[in-house]
Amino acid sequence: MSAATDTGTAGIAADISTLEEQISAAIAGAADEAALEALRVSAIGKKGSVSELLKRLGAMTPEERQLNGPLINGLKTRVQEAIGTRRETLKSAALEARLAQERVDVSMPVREAAIAQGRVHPVSQVMDELTAIFADLGFTVAEGPHIETDHNNFTALNIPEDHPARQEMDTFYFEPREDGSRRLLRTHTSPVQIRTMMSQEPPIRIIAPGRVFRCDYDQTHTPMFHQVEGLVIDKSAHLGNLKWVLEEFLKAFFEVPNVTMRFRASHFPFTEPSMEVDIRCTRVGDELRIGEGEDWLEILGCGMVHPNVLRNVDLDPAVYQGFAWGIGIDRIAMLKYGIPDLRTFFASDLRWLRHYGFAALDMPSLAGGLSK
Amino acid sequence: MKFTLSWLKDHLETKESIETIADKLSLIGLEVESIDNPAEKLAAFKTAHVVQAEQHPNADRLRVCTVDDGTAQHQVVCGAPNAKTGMIGVFAPTGTWIPGTGMDLKPGVIRGVDSNGMLVSEREMGLSDEHDGIIELPEGTPIGVPMSEVMGLDDPVIEVGITPNRGDCLGVRGIARDLAAAGMGTLKPLETPQLDGAFDSPVKIDLKFDGDPACPAFAGVYVRGLKNGPSPAWMQRRLTAIGLRPINALVDITNYVSYDRARPLHVYDADKLAGTIHARMGVRAESFVALDGKTYEVDETMCVIADDNGVLGLGGIMGGEASGSTEATVNVFIESAWFDPQVTARTGRKLDLLSDARYRFERTVDPETILPGVRHAAQLVMELCGGEASTVELAGEVPDSDRVIDFDISQVKRLTGLELHPVEIKAVLRDLGFHISGPEGAERLAVPSWRPDVHETADLVEEVARIVGVDSVASTPLERAEGVIEPVLTLGQSRERAARRTLAARGLVEAVTWSFIGADAAARFGGGSQVLKLSNPISSDLTDMRPSLLPGLIVAAKRNADRGFGDAALFEIGATYHGDEPEDQVEMATAVRRGASAIERSGRHWDGADRPLDVFDAKADAIAVLNALGAPVDKLQTVQGAADWYHPGRSGTLQLGPKMVLAHFGELHPAALEALDADGPVIACEVFLNALPAPKARATRAKPAVDLPDLMPVRRDFAFLVDGDVEAQALLRAARGADKALISDVRLFDVFAGEALGGKTSLAIEVTLQPRDKTLTDAEIDAVGQRIVAQVEKATGGTLRS
Repeated sequence: MSAATDTGTAGIAADISTLEEQISAAIAGAADEAALEALRVSAIGKKGSVSELLKRLGAMTPEERQLNGPLINGLKTRVQEAIGTRRETLKSAALEARLAQERVDVSMPVREAAIAQGRVHPVSQVMDELTAIFADLGFTVAEGPHIETDHNNFTALNIPEDHPARQEMDTFYFEPREDGSRRLLRTHTSPVQIRTMMSQEPPIRIIAPGRVFRCDYDQTHTPMFHQVEGLVIDKSAHLGNLKWVLEEFLKAFFEVPNVTMRFRASHFPFTEPSMEVDIRCTRVGDELRIGEGEDWLEILGCGMVHPNVLRNVDLDPAVYQGFAWGIGIDRIAMLKYGIPDLRTFFASDLRWLRHYGFAALDMPSLAGGLSK
Repeated sequence: MKFTLSWLKDHLETKESIETIADKLSLIGLEVESIDNPAEKLAAFKTAHVVQAEQHPNADRLRVCTVDDGTAQHQVVCGAPNAKTGMIGVFAPTGTWIPGTGMDLKPGVIRGVDSNGMLVSEREMGLSDEHDGIIELPEGTPIGVPMSEVMGLDDPVIEVGITPNRGDCLGVRGIARDLAAAGMGTLKPLETPQLDGAFDSPVKIDLKFDGDPACPAFAGVYVRGLKNGPSPAWMQRRLTAIGLRPINALVDITNYVSYDRARPLHVYDADKLAGTIHARMGVRAESFVALDGKTYEVDETMCVIADDNGVLGLGGIMGGEASGSTEATVNVFIESAWFDPQVTARTGRKLDLLSDARYRFERTVDPETILPGVRHAAQLVMELCGGEASTVELAGEVPDSDRVIDFDISQVKRLTGLELHPVEIKAVLRDLGFHISGPEGAERLAVPSWRPDVHETADLVEEVARIVGVDSVASTPLERAEGVIEPVLTLGQSRERAARRTLAARGLVEAVTWSFIGADAAARFGGGSQVLKLSNPISSDLTDMRPSLLPGLIVAAKRNADRGFGDAALFEIGATYHGDEPEDQVEMATAVRRGASAIERSGRHWDGADRPLDVFDAKADAIAVLNALGAPVDKLQTVQGAADWYHPGRSGTLQLGPKMVLAHFGELHPAALEALDADGPVIACEVFLNALPAPKARATRAKPAVDLPDLMPVRRDFAFLVDGDVEAQALLRAARGADKALISDVRLFDVFAGEALGGKTSLAIEVTLQPRDKTLTDAEIDAVGQRIVAQVEKATGGTLRS
C-alpha cells in the first residue's frame, strides 16, 4: 500500500487496523455460538462497527473511496471468514463435548426380541423334517381322525377280533354305541392307509404323521405319542424299493453319509412279509451316533402290504402291490437330538421346551439343510 | 418263550455257536430278547477238597477247614454240621458274589480265627432251597472244576419273542425246525409215541356244544397205579432254567411237553373226578377254584371242563385246584384237547387270567398234536412215575388242518425283488414242513398242520423271504416323479404350520399336551359329553377327550409357575373333539400368556417395569395367526364376549360375519381358572384353523399396483365424547367412511374415561388425509373434518370435544 495522502485516509487505515485487532480478539474469545453471533452483529451487522466504517465512504472523495473501499471491504470479508472458522471450531467442540457426555454402558443386555423366546416343539420340528424329505421323494402328507372305527384301526388292517395283536395294542375305547359298535382312539397311524386307499386310486405315495394312543404309561411308554406311516402302492413297488426308501430317508433324517441297516423278519398283521429294521449305532459316553458302529438299534417296522388289506380296500392284489412302514416320531426325535426321556415330551416344562425346542425361523428344508 | 441250548439240541443237530444261532433266530423273525448263561454267574464256585476239618478253638458248632481248590489252600471257618475231613465240596473264594445272600464274600475273622472264602450250600449258590449243610460231592469228583460244569448248569438260556402268528414256535420243536430250514443244522427225527393201552379208560369224555364246538376234540389216557414225586433232575433243571418252578413229576411233565412241543396238557387226579368228563359252555353263576387259588365265575361264553358234579376248570386256560394232582395221586386222567382260539382269548380276557395254556391255545395249537401229545405224556408219566396206561379215549374229531395252496413261484420276485432259483425256494419250504406236489411251474403246496397262519402265495413268499433273509434283497431306487415337486401339504396342514411358526415368532413356546383331560375340566370348557368319555382311561384325570386346548395349556402354565417359572407364554396346535365323527375333530391354534410374558418383554428388564397382560395381547396373537392364515385382517369384526370360559367383559370374538367365527380371545374367567386349580390372570386366544374358507384359485400371483402419491399426507386430530357403551370400532369405521377417497388411515391414539366426563368416554383419533392431484386448501381440510364429525355423531352419538 502507498503512503496515505491525507489524514482522513490515514485515519481510516489506522481505524481498520485497530478495529481488526479488536474484532479478531473478540472472535477468538467467543465462548459459544451465541456470543459469536452477537459479535457478528456488532461487527458486520447493519449497525456494526465495520458497517459504520463503510458508511464513512459516502463522505469521501472518489479517490479516497477508491483507496479505502477495498480496505474496508477486505476487513469485512476477513471478519466474516474468521467468524465462520470460529463457528466451525465452536460447533465441533460443542459436539465433542456432547458426545463425551452421551456415553452408555453397552455391556448391558439388549431388549430381547420375542422371536428369540419362542420355540417349536421337537415333535413338530421332526414332522417338518420328515415332510421335507418325503416331499422330495414324491410323497404327499395324508391325515386322518384320532377317533377311529374298529374297522379302520383293526379289521381292515387284517387284525380280526380276538386276534392277540389287538390285545397287544392296549387300545383306548369309548362306550359302545346303540348298535354295539365301539369307537376307539387309533393305536397307530395305519388307519390313514385305509382311508387313503379308499379315497384315492393308485399310484399312492403318502406319509401320515400324527398322534396315536395306547393305554400304557411307564418309563418308556406314554398314553399318547406320535407316529409317521409311509405307504406306497402301485403295480411294481417291492421290498428292494422299500429298502431304498428307508435308506434314503434314514440318511437324510440323521444327516449322516451312510446308514447301515439290518432287516429282521417279523410279524405285523397288515404286512407280509413283515420286517423290523435295525440300524448301526455307537455310543460315545452319553452320546448316540447313528449310522455306523458295533451296536444295532431297532428303529422301525415295515413290510409289503398284506393282500387281505388290499382286498379290504377293493384293490386286486394280483394287480397292485406296495409297501408300508411305521416309525415313532418321538423316538427318532429322541435319537437324533439326544433327548433321554419320552415322558418329558408331554410334560410342558418350559426349561425343557426352551432347551430342546427350535426357533421359529429354523424351517427345515433340503435346500438349506434339515437342521442347524 | 425261553429254552436252553441243550434243550434245543434235543431237536436240532447243529455245530453252530450260540451267537450264530441267536443272530439267525433274530433274522428269521424269532427275535432273541436275551441270552443268559447261569454258568457265568457261578464261574467262581469250584469243586474243592477239604484237606482237614478241625474243631474251632472258641466255638462248639464251628469247624476250621483247610480247603484245597486245586490251585491253593484256604482256611475257612464253616458252621455246617456235615463239614468233615476228606470230603469234596464247593468252594467260593473271597470276592465271590453269593446268589443266596446277594452279597460279595469278604474275608473275615470268626471268633478269633481267620476265614477266607466259603464252603457253600445249594441255597447259597441259588440252586435250591436246600440249606441243611454244605454241598457234598461224590468221591472221585475232580478238584478245581467249576461247579456249574459238574451240575450241568453250563446251559445258556435263550429267550425269544414269539409273534402272535407263530404258535408253533411256543415249543422248542418249532424253533428247531425254523433253524434247520435256515441252515443252522438238521432237525432230528421225532419218535412217534406208541402206546399200547392195557385197559379201557374208566373215565369217559362227553362233548356237548350247540353249533361250532369250542372244544371239537378231546383225547385222554387213564394211568393207574402210579407214584407221584419229584421229577428227575434234568427236567427240573430245564424247567428252573426257563423260570418255571418244579412242582412234582405229573405237573412238571405237562409243563415240559407244553414248552417242548407247544402241546398244552392237563392232568386230573382221577380219584377226584365224579363220573364223565364234559366239555361244554359254562352256565352263568357256575364257579370253581382254579390252580392259582382264585375263584372264577364262568358264563355261557366260556368253554369249561366239568364232571358230573360241576366245573373242574376252564378249557385251554386253567384247571381246578380240587381235581389237580398231588404227591398222593395214584390214578390220573391226562387231557390233550383242542380249544377254539377265539373262545379261549375272549374267556382269558374277560377273567383276566393268563396261563401258558391260554397263550398257546389263543395262538392256535397244532391239532395234529392231540393224539401224539397224549401218548407222549402217558409215556413220560409211566417212565417217571410208573403205573399202567389205558387205551386212548377220543371224543369229537381232530379239526381238519389240510390246506393246499397253488403256489406261483414268480411272486417271490414280484413282491421281494429277490432273484432265487425255484429249487432254492422249494428247498426252504420243504424244510419248513410244506409238502410240494404238482409239475414245475404249477406247484401245489400242502400246508403243515402247525402253520394255521399260512393261507396263500403271499404267505409262502414271506416264509421264503424270512428264511433266505430279507437282508439279501438289493436296494432298488424308487422311480422319482419328473420335474419339480408339487406342494405336498393339505390346506389344513399348511395352516397349522403357519400358525405354529407365527406364534413361536411372537415369543410363545409350543407345548404338546394330552388329548384327554379330566371330566371336570372338560365340562367347564364346553365338553364332557358321554360319547367322548374313554371306557378305559389311564387315570382319573385323563378321562375325556378335550373340547379345548386351554385346560392343558393352563395347567402346564400353572405347573411351570409352581416350579418357579411363572412368566409363561405357551401355545399348542392340535385337535379338539366335539363328537366321535371325523368332522367333529376341530383343529385349533391356542395360546396362553401368564405373568410377565407380553410380546415385547418376558420377565423383568432394566428398561422398565413389567407391563401387565391384557386382552389386547391375546387379540394381537389371534390376529397374527389369522393374518398368517391369509384372513382379510382389515375386514375382521370384533364382537364383545367369547365362550363362557372367558371373562365376560374382557373377551371378544373375531369373525367375518356371524356365521364365520374365526377366533376367541380374552382374559380367562376366574371361575374357569379355579376349576383347574390355577390362578390368574391368564390371557388366551383360540383360533379355529379351518373356519376360514379355502382361498379361491387364482389366475395370477401378481399383486395390485402399488399406490405412491407424490403429495404430502395431512394429519388432523379429533377427540370425541361418546357414551360408555359405544365401541371404538364403530367410531373408527364412521370416521373412515367420511371420505373413502381422501382418508387413508384413522388411528385411535387416546382413550380416557373419568368422572369428570360424567360416564362418557373420550376417544381421540388421528386422521390421515392423502391428497392425490393437488395440495388441499384449508377450506377443503375443514370440510372433511366437518364430515368426519357428522358421520361419527350419526353413527355413535359422539360429539367433538371442545
